[in-house]
Amino acid sequence: MSRHVVAAVGDIAPGDRKLVIVRGRPIAIFNLGGEYFGLLNRCPHQGGPMCEGKITGLVQASEPGKYLYSKAGEVIRCPWHNWEFDIRTGQSYCEPDRFKTRAYPVEVADGAAVVEGPYVAETIKVNVAERYLVVDL
Amino acid sequence: MNVQARQTPTAAASSKLAIADGDIHPTRKLASEFDPWLDKRWRDDVATFGARQRQPWQNAPAYPKAQPNASRRDAYPPEGGRQGSSLPFMQQQHLDPANVALGILNPLGTGQGLQNIDMSIALCHATNEWQQEYWTKPDRRLRASVVVPYEDPIASAKEIRRYADNADFVQVFMLSRTSEPLGSRKYWPIYEAAAEVGMPVGVHAFGYGGNPMTPGGYPSYYTEEMVGHSQAQQSGLASLVVEGVFARFPSLKMIMIEAGFAWAPSLTWRLDNAWRRLKQETPHLTRLPSEYIRDQVWWTTQPMEEPEPRTHLRDAINWIGWDRLIFATDYPHWDYDDPATSLPLKISEAEREAFFIGNARNVYRGV
Amino acid sequence: MTKSLAPGAIDCDIHPAVPDLAALLPYMDDPWREQVVVRGIDDLASIAYPANSPLTCRADWRPADKSVPASSLAQIRRDVLDPFGTSIAIANCLYGVQSLFSEDMAAAYATAVNRWMAKEWLDKEPRLRASIIVAAQGPELAVDEIERWAHDKRFVQVLLLVSGATPLGKRSLWPIYRAAEKHGLAIGIHAGSAYHNPPTSVGWPTYYTEDYVSQAQAFQSQLTSLICEGVFNKFPDLKVVLLESGFTWLPAHLWRLTKFWRGLRMEIPWVDRAPADIVRSNVRLSLQPVDGPPDRDSLLKVFDHMQSDELILFSTDYPHWQFDGTAAIPDGLPADLVRKMTHDNPRATYARLLETVA
Repeated sequence: MSRHVVAAVGDIAPGDRKLVIVRGRPIAIFNLGGEYFGLLNRCPHQGGPMCEGKITGLVQASEPGKYLYSKAGEVIRCPWHNWEFDIRTGQSYCEPDRFKTRAYPVEVADGAAVVEGPYVAETIKVNVAERYLVVDL
Repeated sequence: MNVQARQTPTAAASSKLAIADGDIHPTRKLASEFDPWLDKRWRDDVATFGARQRQPWQNAPAYPKAQPNASRRDAYPPEGGRQGSSLPFMQQQHLDPANVALGILNPLGTGQGLQNIDMSIALCHATNEWQQEYWTKPDRRLRASVVVPYEDPIASAKEIRRYADNADFVQVFMLSRTSEPLGSRKYWPIYEAAAEVGMPVGVHAFGYGGNPMTPGGYPSYYTEEMVGHSQAQQSGLASLVVEGVFARFPSLKMIMIEAGFAWAPSLTWRLDNAWRRLKQETPHLTRLPSEYIRDQVWWTTQPMEEPEPRTHLRDAINWIGWDRLIFATDYPHWDYDDPATSLPLKISEAEREAFFIGNARNVYRGV
Repeated sequence: MTKSLAPGAIDCDIHPAVPDLAALLPYMDDPWREQVVVRGIDDLASIAYPANSPLTCRADWRPADKSVPASSLAQIRRDVLDPFGTSIAIANCLYGVQSLFSEDMAAAYATAVNRWMAKEWLDKEPRLRASIIVAAQGPELAVDEIERWAHDKRFVQVLLLVSGATPLGKRSLWPIYRAAEKHGLAIGIHAGSAYHNPPTSVGWPTYYTEDYVSQAQAFQSQLTSLICEGVFNKFPDLKVVLLESGFTWLPAHLWRLTKFWRGLRMEIPWVDRAPADIVRSNVRLSLQPVDGPPDRDSLLKVFDHMQSDELILFSTDYPHWQFDGTAAIPDGLPADLVRKMTHDNPRATYARLLETVA
């Protein structure tokens, strides 16, 4: 396992996301109200670019016709077949026990503690004292 | 618990093989792209009154889609315009990486099935000229369909014969929700012309024939409409067989497009079962329905059914025949099948070749 | 090839027929009883089963005196109850009540048919059970009819036709499902259109052969409707039986429905279980017509694709011609599967079968 810097804090606005490649794997980093979540950008269904889809809320129903809307901005919909995944956990909303996408915990780390990854080469030029977003892979 | 992307070694290798794609949907970036081939009267009437279908909306489908244009969100061309409207982007995103050696164009949202028959005739002809100008001339991997105003079969036959000697056109194109079942004698001039020029007739999901979308009335949901293309094509195919279209035109080939295929075996069994008991009614049929289907019908594969376990799909394909399926992606629609990941079976070289390109070469004219 | 069933088998679909309008008149209330005669209303003979069609009645079951097939108890006993040795058979009368456009007239006829069934059949033959005939075009009147018969445990099911005016999952029909679930009655959906819409989604066919074949597509659409509209979410204890529907189409249909549900869940968020799971818990299908492949191994594969041995209910579909002799059960099925079809699955589906009949 090694640590990789994927972005600087402030790169990703709340409600937004950034797509990166780390060790050959496509990963998306999402900012949910200041908390950061990473997901593999490959849908467990047929390998589509899952994290490039629309970010939505969650629609559920207690019974037919009684809609419940929650988790605004916390669901990603694959642009291919529209499967919905919880950004925080990678859980799918249909058959959650069976389908999940790989989640990558994202930490916020101080610049001085991070030493490797392609992004570091660029960041070093900027400001090593700034805080970074780091992924363990 | 964590599931990786579904890929099998054989399927991944297939994305390197040159493939045929039996269902590509080019669109216009601007409506005016049809103008060079539309009389002023039609340009004016479309602008003033619209291209009115047998459904409520001026600019929307009867059942609202789940994504804009029912297309992949990652398929918007960078230069702007709808998904499927840019040849360079289609080449970059789909034709080149998927190694599409033969791409069949099935234009939708053109002018088929309109209430105004003359407008339909004009728009269909414009669509056909547009396919050449914008798509098949610049990219020689692509082939066009003769889009016909099928509710006027005489005009349709005329349009088909117009392209008899044009090698860019390899298929006659209809939609599946017709005003009468596909086998109705009304449509026979279309089949006659298609057989005469040697083109298969492709019947693609959708259309607004004016009938409720189930035998029990209009359903509520888009989900139901999507599932329902299977039933519409089953009823259409049954009609083609029982009315005797295949008996009357033994060289005619039909392709059922974009409704999956796993529904076919049980339909053939039911047709044979019913026909054996009721055959007094259909003296024009001299063989079992399943035999006509076996000889004259193909299916494009998308949206490929996803049984669990996956091996059940092999049973369905074995029943239909490995020579009857034409791989298709439905690019750029959302329920797109990727050639690398959508067929989850270990298959032989011979099966892969037939499925991904060989069968297409046997069906489309002159490819 | 003759197949004998073990004692205790249950036949879930037979069709006693109304011999003529005169047989119903004693069971009709006025003003209808008089109206029918004064207006010269003909028998309600639906085109769904043309009287002389080979499928409507197997040749050797046609009465020699040219009377309406299956219209006498003697015939039913001789042709189907005794030869198959079933301990119970469920009668689904197909008199064309559902095709009337007037709700009130349809309801009046339905009441007459149900009274006739109780008096002329159930009272006289203890092996018979029946479906309550209702006209879905008038849901409130249909509920009244259900309430009228719910106390009579010999009625085990409410019968609807597969193709009416409205898709069967729609909320306007839920009062019928509420009443059925409340009384432990199954909902039976039987082949045949009421012809209030074209019988296919692509219009009116030319041949009866097409009409009959298209019933399978009608069932597929209605199964989709029931699931997508959330009928089983709203009425979790409701059992729905598809009658004379065929069943070999079921696996491929569920593959397709499940695939779209996974991507379109947000449109129908109350569908919180896979469609195949819903079918396994709430939907059953009768055996005839088998519509099977030509070889036994393929039929076994279809059963394997269904992934449950609890779905199919034995039926003869008498007097419709679906098999010869007593060969109702396809050759080569495992004995335990046959046992489930003939004995266990019907009892599990029709709870009221197990009630003691006075």
